[in-house]
Amino acid sequence: MTSSRLRPHLPKIRARETEPEPVRRPALRHHLTPEQVESFGAELDAIRMRVLAELGAEDVDYIRRIIRWQRGLEAAGRGMLQVALLPPLWLGGVTALSLSKILDNMEIGHNLMHGQYDWTGDPTLASGTFEWDNVCPGDQWRHSHNFMHHTHTNILGQDRDLGYGLLRISSDQEWSLKDLGNPVYAFLLAALFQWGVMAHDLEIERIQSGERRWGELKPLVRVMGRKAGRQVLKDYVLFPMLSGPSLLANLAANATANLARNLWSFTIIFCGHFPDGVEEFAREETIGETRGEWYLRQLLGSANIRGGPLFHILSGNLSHQIEHHLFPDLPAHRYAQISLEVRAICERYGLPYNSAGLGRQFGSVIRKIFRLALPVR
Amino acid sequence: MFTEYRPPRSVRSRLSRRFVSALDALATPHGIDRYLELIDPAWSVREVRAIVTEVRRQTAGSVTMTLAANGNWTGFQAGQYTRLSVEIDAVRHTRCYSIATSAHRAASFELTVKVEAGGLVSPYLYAAAHRGMLVGLTPAQGEFILPASRPDRVVLISGGSGITPVLSMLRTLCDEAHRGPVAFVHYSFHEADMPYRAELARLAEEHPNVRVLRGFTEEPGRGELDSLFCDAHLRAADPAWRGAETYVCGPAPLMHAVRARFDREGLLERLHSEAFTLTLPTSEPAPGSRGTVRFERSGAEIEADGRSLLELAEAVGLHPTHGCRMGICHTCTRRMARGTVRDLRTGISRTAVDTDLQLCVHVPDGDVSLDL
Repeated sequence: MTSSRLRPHLPKIRARETEPEPVRRPALRHHLTPEQVESFGAELDAIRMRVLAELGAEDVDYIRRIIRWQRGLEAAGRGMLQVALLPPLWLGGVTALSLSKILDNMEIGHNLMHGQYDWTGDPTLASGTFEWDNVCPGDQWRHSHNFMHHTHTNILGQDRDLGYGLLRISSDQEWSLKDLGNPVYAFLLAALFQWGVMAHDLEIERIQSGERRWGELKPLVRVMGRKAGRQVLKDYVLFPMLSGPSLLANLAANATANLARNLWSFTIIFCGHFPDGVEEFAREETIGETRGEWYLRQLLGSANIRGGPLFHILSGNLSHQIEHHLFPDLPAHRYAQISLEVRAICERYGLPYNSAGLGRQFGSVIRKIFRLALPVR
Repeated sequence: MFTEYRPPRSVRSRLSRRFVSALDALATPHGIDRYLELIDPAWSVREVRAIVTEVRRQTAGSVTMTLAANGNWTGFQAGQYTRLSVEIDAVRHTRCYSIATSAHRAASFELTVKVEAGGLVSPYLYAAAHRGMLVGLTPAQGEFILPASRPDRVVLISGGSGITPVLSMLRTLCDEAHRGPVAFVHYSFHEADMPYRAELARLAEEHPNVRVLRGFTEEPGRGELDSLFCDAHLRAADPAWRGAETYVCGPAPLMHAVRARFDREGLLERLHSEAFTLTLPTSEPAPGSRGTVRFERSGAEIEADGRSLLELAEAVGLHPTHGCRMGICHTCTRRMARGTVRDLRTGISRTAVDTDLQLCVHVPDGDVSLDL
């Protein structure tokens, strides 16, 4: 751990707007009084404490079952792709390997790295050391995602997941000529999502603005190079070579599995924070935030996707993005059950609870990406 | 249940190192062990795991397990311990246990676990240990060992569950047909509490140089020694004890008494001890513990209340990896960015920046900032 990890530096806030940011604190609170916000927070705290006390064999059995499935799918996929020249085996292998990578990144990697299973003391489930089947090094993800994104969720200028420093995803972001390419950038980001997630931590836009120097990136790039190198070696050199005459078919299959995982995780993640109805916040309204206000911001800044049990597993239960943002370190397979209570609490407080099917949420994200390519607010 | 024991296969012995690294490259980022263990839980190319092959309950409050480790176990020296991990109610717990076996019988070895009142792992093992059970281990470690060139005269003193490392030393010396005098002094409350009674009697009978003296503090007259440790016991064990190397392991009062005796003689360099049963005052408020502990990575904060940094971390919901919880194994060592802490073992306070600390044996003595 480098010493800079001890106290991650907060990004300097640059207002992109020309006029001063309006103070929106009343908006964050909606119609609630400060006391109501705190009692809302207390009810969520109570859910958290109850679930923490319930954790046990059921949770560990669940995640180990998912891990066995993932490793099994991976072995089956790699096995079939040894003879990737045969079209049915190519198709079967790609399907199994794609599912393996999706499970590994979403339900296993993302959730373990949040510390959801640290209470087990099992080193193979430990957040601090887990590595996923993805070019982005776990340590960098833990910083950019667990800390930067989950702490500053949907705060303009602070949450770098808002558009990934690349897209115009909020009408509060000032339009510039380069934003005409918004849909193209979004498509490229989706296709190369694991590389985008990796490059995310470089904070290239802060170099362009002069806040960060290229030299500072060296240690980051070295770690990225090592991780990405191992991933590329496995997917694009070793396994293709092992498959002999199927070399090219095997290589194409591995690239397809990576692509499938990229498109899927992009879809799920963009549906979590960018559909219509999700709110963004200005830094001013979140300074000195209370526990209740933090909960409220997580709720208002996230959106759920409805679906069946298998869909929830393949999305890493990020289809319960609201519950994930309220309780990022509770085992994600419990979100479905928790969501019933959260929803009921929101109804009682008259708060929005953004939940819709995949088609509707993703459609609204796509429309937003196209609309914000133009200088509209 | 197993009718016949099949030793865990040593995977490493069959795979050359180069082959393992090739497999790891294919299994990146998880490594080949994460796949092997799904086939057989004892399989690993790196980690030490063992299967329980025999369980004996020699006394009412102890359980003796014979373990067969996989190929990653590299043996041990007499007196060393291993850190054993078991899963209880889905949570993995690790404790240090000394190996009781002769170092010359390293393939299959014994741990004798005494049930600690109010403990967690020892009562669990007493109740649940069974043939075929899988446990995690670490390579043997510890400095409480016989030197490679064996001392001529040896005095081994133990109390309660401290018997295991010194029994390992005695068994090792017997296997080596050591000729010099070896005295084995053991204290327990009752005769029935003492494990290995029959074997010790047999060793004393078979080896004329071995003398076994037992003291049962609640049953005067039953053993060879009465009352607590005293000078007379030492003389009875070996009249020339000043020229012997003495090894002691047991509860704190016994260790202190022996240490004080050697200190008076100026012979501390001939005394070797292992404070395994030492109970640190970690759960009682340490006088003068104060300040705020800030866990930098998680953003949590807690006021000092006398508990150790490890307990404070757990109180705010963190789960730092740890082992012995008594300052031995260094598993819980974490970096303190800055702060003032007191070492529970020495009572000494110090202020430092960027220092590695054992969380389990330090209490805050001022504000502390930790990388957790």
